[in-house]
Amino acid sequence: MSDNSVAFVATSDKPQLPAPQGTTGAVGWVRQNLFSSSLNTVLTLLSIFVVFSVVPGIVDWAFVKSVWNANSLDECRQISDGACWAVVRERYNQFLFGFYPTELYWRPILAFVLLFVALVPALWDNMPGRGKALIFSMAYPFVAFYLIWGGFGGLEYVSSSQLGGLLLTMIIGVAGISFSLPIGIILALSRSSNLPIVKSLAVIFIEFIRGVPLITLLFVAHVLLNYFLPKGVNFDIVLRVVIMVTLFASAYMAEVIRGGLAALPKGQYEAADALGLGYWQSMRLIILPQALKISIPGIVNTFIGLFKDTTLVLIIGLMDPLGLVAPTLGDQRWNGIVVELYAFIAFMFFIFCFAMSRYSMYLERKLHTGHR
Amino acid sequence: MSASTVPADNSFQFSQLWRDARYRSYTIQIIALVVVLSVVMMLISNAVENLEALGKDFNFGFLSEPAGYDIGQMLVEYSAASAHWKAALVGLLNTLLVALLACVSATVLGVFAGILRLSNNWVVSRLMAVYIEGVRNVPLLLQILAWYAVFIHVLPTPKQALKAPVIEGAVYATNRGFYVPGLTLSNGYLFVVGALLASVAGIFVFRKWARKRQEETGQILPLGLISLGLLIVPAALVYFAVGMPIALDYPIAGRFNLQGGLKVGTPLIALWFALSIYSGAFIAEIVRAGIMAISKGQSEAASALGLRPNRTMSLVVLPQALRIIIPPMISNYLNITKNSSLAIAVGYMDLTGTLGGITLNQTGREMECMLLLMATYLVISLSISGVMNAYNESVKLKGR
Repeated sequence: MSDNSVAFVATSDKPQLPAPQGTTGAVGWVRQNLFSSSLNTVLTLLSIFVVFSVVPGIVDWAFVKSVWNANSLDECRQISDGACWAVVRERYNQFLFGFYPTELYWRPILAFVLLFVALVPALWDNMPGRGKALIFSMAYPFVAFYLIWGGFGGLEYVSSSQLGGLLLTMIIGVAGISFSLPIGIILALSRSSNLPIVKSLAVIFIEFIRGVPLITLLFVAHVLLNYFLPKGVNFDIVLRVVIMVTLFASAYMAEVIRGGLAALPKGQYEAADALGLGYWQSMRLIILPQALKISIPGIVNTFIGLFKDTTLVLIIGLMDPLGLVAPTLGDQRWNGIVVELYAFIAFMFFIFCFAMSRYSMYLERKLHTGHR
Repeated sequence: MSASTVPADNSFQFSQLWRDARYRSYTIQIIALVVVLSVVMMLISNAVENLEALGKDFNFGFLSEPAGYDIGQMLVEYSAASAHWKAALVGLLNTLLVALLACVSATVLGVFAGILRLSNNWVVSRLMAVYIEGVRNVPLLLQILAWYAVFIHVLPTPKQALKAPVIEGAVYATNRGFYVPGLTLSNGYLFVVGALLASVAGIFVFRKWARKRQEETGQILPLGLISLGLLIVPAALVYFAVGMPIALDYPIAGRFNLQGGLKVGTPLIALWFALSIYSGAFIAEIVRAGIMAISKGQSEAASALGLRPNRTMSLVVLPQALRIIIPPMISNYLNITKNSSLAIAVGYMDLTGTLGGITLNQTGREMECMLLLMATYLVISLSISGVMNAYNESVKLKGR
């Protein structure tokens, strides 16, 4: 075979052709993601239509045409037909603190700031000096209780009927969250223990609480609890609500954690036994850290649910942000301003709940150590 | 191993109750039982004492006294002269009605939203994410109140609605409620209902037979078409044979208001809307998680076996996804039922509104009303979860 029989032999790679137009860059992305099939095209066009018909109107209403300075709804409407945020501007103190005495606002604010100081060691697990800081976190509920209600040691007493707004939501939410987790853990351990009586007591409690709506429990706290207490003993209404909300949340928490306990491989329990650990040691050192890690999404969901459920207190007459809508509407000047109020309150709750759900996603990713 | 030098001491010592694993479990349980029982006894004795001090007795006789209040929305005959138990029954039916409506619509909405959330289409999946996150993070009570306010303020009054009907002569949307054609039943309608029920039973039998036939011969019948025919044809035949006992009753324009037809009150509509949209977001997340949990290898294996895409979906992916979806779905349906008690905020007279609301306030029998209320909800919850768990058991993986 001579070299002449081959007309051309390439000695190096030819330069690569660019990818076909329409498969790369913005155009390619749009084609692949938005117009890959006829159904997809229809969906895209439909969604774009929805977005364009809704969003400009909302932006216009909430920002462009909104009114911040006015003394009444009529005044607002005369200026423009956008959102009348003047009501929020005028009453944001009430939405934050309810009817708390104005000159004492520093107390709930200090309690709120301390809440974050208490949260840091609980959420940041390699903080220097965490052990000591955690003691403060444990003591926080009592510090906050003292700050908000006062009554002794130089702080003026503030009665529960003056509490309201976001402050009330935070009191019920934070107390419910911090007490329902430990109670939930104990209930979950009882329900999955092998002691029949303890187990059935836990089952009865959990199924009862989960079987009735929260609102009936709040009714019980409102109208019935006095019957069950000895004569002369009387709880504060906020305290009663906190107890009921905590019990309610802890039953759900128990089920979430029980799921985590059940998901652990049996080998973990057996290994703990084989190491000679006692029940509490094996739970504390081996089982619970893993089970709680698995159940983080569920736990945070329960927290979010509890936080949202605090709005139910309006039905028994407490003044949480949603409960403050009625008095605001009762004011002659603001009569009829519903959408703005609901939008503001919804936004407030959204921030808290969305932040919690994002934090749980972050935690889930961080603790996901690869095996599962 | 040498034998232990310490002779076994078989005599019982008091410290064994706490230190010996054989006895410790009994000790703990007895202590727990005693503590719980004594707390319960204390509560009950307090209640008895307090009721006596107030001069109240504990009996359910008030249930047969006339209620004396009206209810806007009812499924059974009721008037202010009816007894309290009748009011509670109306409330219970209203609870079940809104729960059922919301379960169905939330499921439809949730399945669509969940599938679209998984779509490759960026715009669609973002849009669904906005819906799901936006709705899930806002309290349900706020949403119910907001929808109620929207319906009250945005929809026209009945007088205006007469000029601008949704469908001329049939459907009117007003701020007092929606007017739709109702059913008028005359003699013999039971035959039609009976025929329908018989058809449903017939479809079950037919499907069973068809499956058996397919397993034996490999032939597939057009199941959907035949089932549809079985459902419609006998009922239609009976309907015409008996002389058309079921007719539509259209709302008629009166001078100021609408008359006739079926009025669905604004509270019910607002509650239904809010519950469906709120729970739909949760169901969407459940559906998304269920579908995502099925590994891609499953659908690839199915197409390697030569199954067409729709059969892959119905025979391979869905049965496995359902197994994951059902348990959280059960608790979601339970949540819908329990959340329907928020009806009291918009004045929809459900069980909480009648028995736990007006009846309680009128008779002053807190203890009896709350006990009945909680017991009823407990029974509803336990029966829903019982039925759904049985279904879950029947589709669960077998042979483990």
